[in-house]
Amino acid sequence: MPRFTVSRRALGALAVAPLARPAFAQPAPIRIGELNSYSRMAAFAVPYRNAMQLAQDTVNAAGGVMGGRRIEFVFRDDGSTPGDAVRVAEELLTRENVAFLAGTFLSNVGLAVADFANQRKRLFLATEPLTDAITMAQGNRYTWRVRPSTYMQTRMLVEAIRGKTVKRWAIVAPNYEYGQSAAANFKRLLPSAIPDAEIVAEQFPALGRVDAGATVGALAQSRPDGIFNVLFGPDLTAFVREGNTRGLFERRTVVSLLTGEPEYMIPLGEETPEGWIVTGYPWEQVDSPPAHKPFVEAYRGRFNDTPRLGSVLGYVTVQIIATLLNKVNALDTEALVDGLADLRSDTIVGPVTMRGIDHQGTLGAWVGETTLRGNRGTMKNFRYADGADYMFPEDEVRAARRSA
Amino acid sequence: MEWSFLLVQALSGLASASSLFVIASGLTIVFGVTRIVNFAHGSFYMLGAYLAVTIVPWLLEFDRSPTLFFAGVLASALAVGALGVVMEVLLLRRIYRVPELFQLLATFGVVLIVQDLVLLVWGPVDIPGPRAPGLRHGVYILDQRFPAYELFLIFVGPTVLALLWLLMHRTRFGVLIRAATQDREMVGALGVNQAMLFTGTLFLGAALAGLGGALQIPRVSASAQMDLSIITEAFVVTVIGGMGSVPGAFVAALLIGLLQAFGVLVFPKITLVLVFLLMAAVLVVKPWGLFGKPEAAAGRAVLPEGILDPRPLDLAGKVLAGVALLALLALPLVDAYAVKVGTEVLILALAAFSLNFLVGNGGIVSFGHAAYFGLGAYGAGLLVTKAGLPMEPALVAAPIVGGAFAALFGFFVVRLSGIYLAMLTLAFAQIAYAVVFQWVEVTGGDNGLVGVWPSRWAASREVYHYLTAALTVAAIIFLRRVIHAPFGATLRAARDSAQRADAIGVDVRTHRWLGFTLAGAAAGLAGGLYAFSKGSIDPTLLGIPLSVDFLSMILLGGIQSVLGPVAGAAAFHAVKDFFMPLTDHWRLFLGLSIIAMVLVFPRGLAGAWASLRRRPA
Repeated sequence: MPRFTVSRRALGALAVAPLARPAFAQPAPIRIGELNSYSRMAAFAVPYRNAMQLAQDTVNAAGGVMGGRRIEFVFRDDGSTPGDAVRVAEELLTRENVAFLAGTFLSNVGLAVADFANQRKRLFLATEPLTDAITMAQGNRYTWRVRPSTYMQTRMLVEAIRGKTVKRWAIVAPNYEYGQSAAANFKRLLPSAIPDAEIVAEQFPALGRVDAGATVGALAQSRPDGIFNVLFGPDLTAFVREGNTRGLFERRTVVSLLTGEPEYMIPLGEETPEGWIVTGYPWEQVDSPPAHKPFVEAYRGRFNDTPRLGSVLGYVTVQIIATLLNKVNALDTEALVDGLADLRSDTIVGPVTMRGIDHQGTLGAWVGETTLRGNRGTMKNFRYADGADYMFPEDEVRAARRSA
Repeated sequence: MEWSFLLVQALSGLASASSLFVIASGLTIVFGVTRIVNFAHGSFYMLGAYLAVTIVPWLLEFDRSPTLFFAGVLASALAVGALGVVMEVLLLRRIYRVPELFQLLATFGVVLIVQDLVLLVWGPVDIPGPRAPGLRHGVYILDQRFPAYELFLIFVGPTVLALLWLLMHRTRFGVLIRAATQDREMVGALGVNQAMLFTGTLFLGAALAGLGGALQIPRVSASAQMDLSIITEAFVVTVIGGMGSVPGAFVAALLIGLLQAFGVLVFPKITLVLVFLLMAAVLVVKPWGLFGKPEAAAGRAVLPEGILDPRPLDLAGKVLAGVALLALLALPLVDAYAVKVGTEVLILALAAFSLNFLVGNGGIVSFGHAAYFGLGAYGAGLLVTKAGLPMEPALVAAPIVGGAFAALFGFFVVRLSGIYLAMLTLAFAQIAYAVVFQWVEVTGGDNGLVGVWPSRWAASREVYHYLTAALTVAAIIFLRRVIHAPFGATLRAARDSAQRADAIGVDVRTHRWLGFTLAGAAAGLAGGLYAFSKGSIDPTLLGIPLSVDFLSMILLGGIQSVLGPVAGAAAFHAVKDFFMPLTDHWRLFLGLSIIAMVLVFPRGLAGAWASLRRRPA
């Protein structure tokens, strides 16, 4: 009798095996809670989620992590407000039993979830929020950030204009934390690159409501030699069109954060200005490391769309998570946090280290010039700026995080 | 500064003003005739832009001529007008007989639905429109280059104004619109087909919004955030001009456009708050806006909207309230997450109850109630993070802060009435929001402040849930007692007829002011509790979306009922919490749920309950 039962079970397992891989004695998958603004910031977050699913399936097809366990992301909309996000994080931890949290887009949401993770003593991998505070003044033991921060990306751009003879600068930035802190970082870093540079004008239009004509007029009036732009999304399109028509960018050096990212370049279309110095992601031209091209092909093949910067971030995040789980080989939060410190992962854009002192990843960005090919914008003369070269100085980190 | 620059900056301001007027004129006409505060007007603007970036490039394929460009723009506007008719016939027509505020809730549901439909149809990537053929270039004005298209836009505003004047004064339809704006009941009594009039008005209003959106495509790309960015500004223009007044909207748009163009030269960071400062200033000086007149019906005795007769709970009501309370207290038996949601429902219930104390009992419709909720949260949060105080004194401070600011703002607010009062509360809320947003050193700016956690004894979800339950239920019982007390009755009297209340010796203004302060204090307490349940504070707690959520809650629950808002808060939060994990398009489902509830329970959940009880056995 017992023998018969066993064989029937084995038969059943055989029958089910082609349908679902976890047939016999398969350990439960490792669940990871991913909350992001999939609804409000869909242009960024959906390509990001696509790449995460692609990476998740790639990792699982290659045998999973921790000696054969699959990883499984539980995706949730964070509602784009801190209040909603903290409730969703709570749901992921208590109802979905995720091992840890990842994601968020807006800085205020990221900071709220980071503090929540600190309170609950659970790991939180903040992927996208750019605010410096999340790894500096408000950093905590349980929060780690993957993407290069506002400071790092601004520093990459300032590095790119080192030694230029552009003296008079105007700044235009959206009127919220990201814009203000990018402007502050620029003002702080500029003298190191161009010693006698001065700021002659600053404009802070409301996010999503730029009065492009008035802003362009005010900037032109200050007769700058260079412009530092932090606007993005619909504001950027309006600003570029107005500036193009009014000749604001003619014979001027323009330095612009994030403009080279496909998320913001695609809507610019044939209005893409020539020769702006930007951070971005020229996906079709990146050919090192060798793992990047196969990623682009796999992404295009599966989703019938081109990868965005969010896709790179999503894929790299999963690669870091897989490296972490393989190294620590446990799901205990404290072990995971300790394992992340100075963890080096090989990713589709090269090695990325999670620096232990400030919990900031060394993922970089591509710095180059905008150009128009056909009727769409792309980048030329670009290079990959490794984030490791643009981190906050260590003594500044110590001073900022002391209170944390 | 040279004259040429000032001239060009003025022209930039005029171009913005002209665009703003086209949109706001539609809003003001719709409000004048139907008395609907149409939140969906911004959605029509967005749809106009999206339709235009679809239709116009297709037309330009045939021939890149200005004629086809403007034909495409007009076609988009007319298509949006048709959508306005659809909204009127399918939705608004069914609810004209219910309280006016209810229509606001329905249009808010439409906003949520359109947002997600736009994402579904056009995708999340911003779509740039083509430039207008023949108007791509810049023209030199003195030594400054200025976009030709904007010169053209400057003339669109006055043209639309002239056409509207002709419509209003030379056509029967226009005369009826003017008549209905002055006295809607009288127009109905004289036998005018109101259904046709309202449908036509909605067509006109939506088409103007669509025209405004379609005309923007050479300047901005169509994006899914356009609706909310324009709607507040359009409201501000109509209110400053005087609701229902088209010339007023024109003057107000000019004022705002020019102020914006020159304001950024002097205060580059004033962009967030400028228009609201202007609105608050205008309303304090001219309570009906620049060109508005007191409503003809203002002195007339009308059937009041709100709590009529706060009877004590009958047996079934007592049982229902008791069961609900027991269920909340038993939540820890379910699971940890249910406790969390239960805590939030209690907090939102108190906030909603305090709002209905104003709206339902006092007739003071506040569009900015979240301000007092958020200021209470900031009061508590700053004491914890900056002054290092523990939770207990911070929770005492929360209602004091909320009440103090309500007293300050309320002093000006209670001088007004109706929609102007509502818009002044909105202006004050936005000013408070902007201060919190911009005062980075103290408030942490838009990043907010973290580390607002309860004291150790209350740190567990369950203990905090019971603490919240004790405080919110006590506050709700207290407010309910006030509604039943002579003070509550006095507020109702002032709501139903300020003149009569005044005649029998009630100091209407002082009573309303005290009521406003009390409601602000209760909202402040709710905000403080919310801050400790989330661990952080940030400006979204004072924002318009949260104020609208509170309004939705009380309307869902029923503003005629004392305890309805509590049920409304629970229903609203439960629906949101149910759909959010299921789909990215939870706004669509939330919007559909709201509209379904508006149609099925036109007097709110409490109204449905009451009619169920009254049905003969």
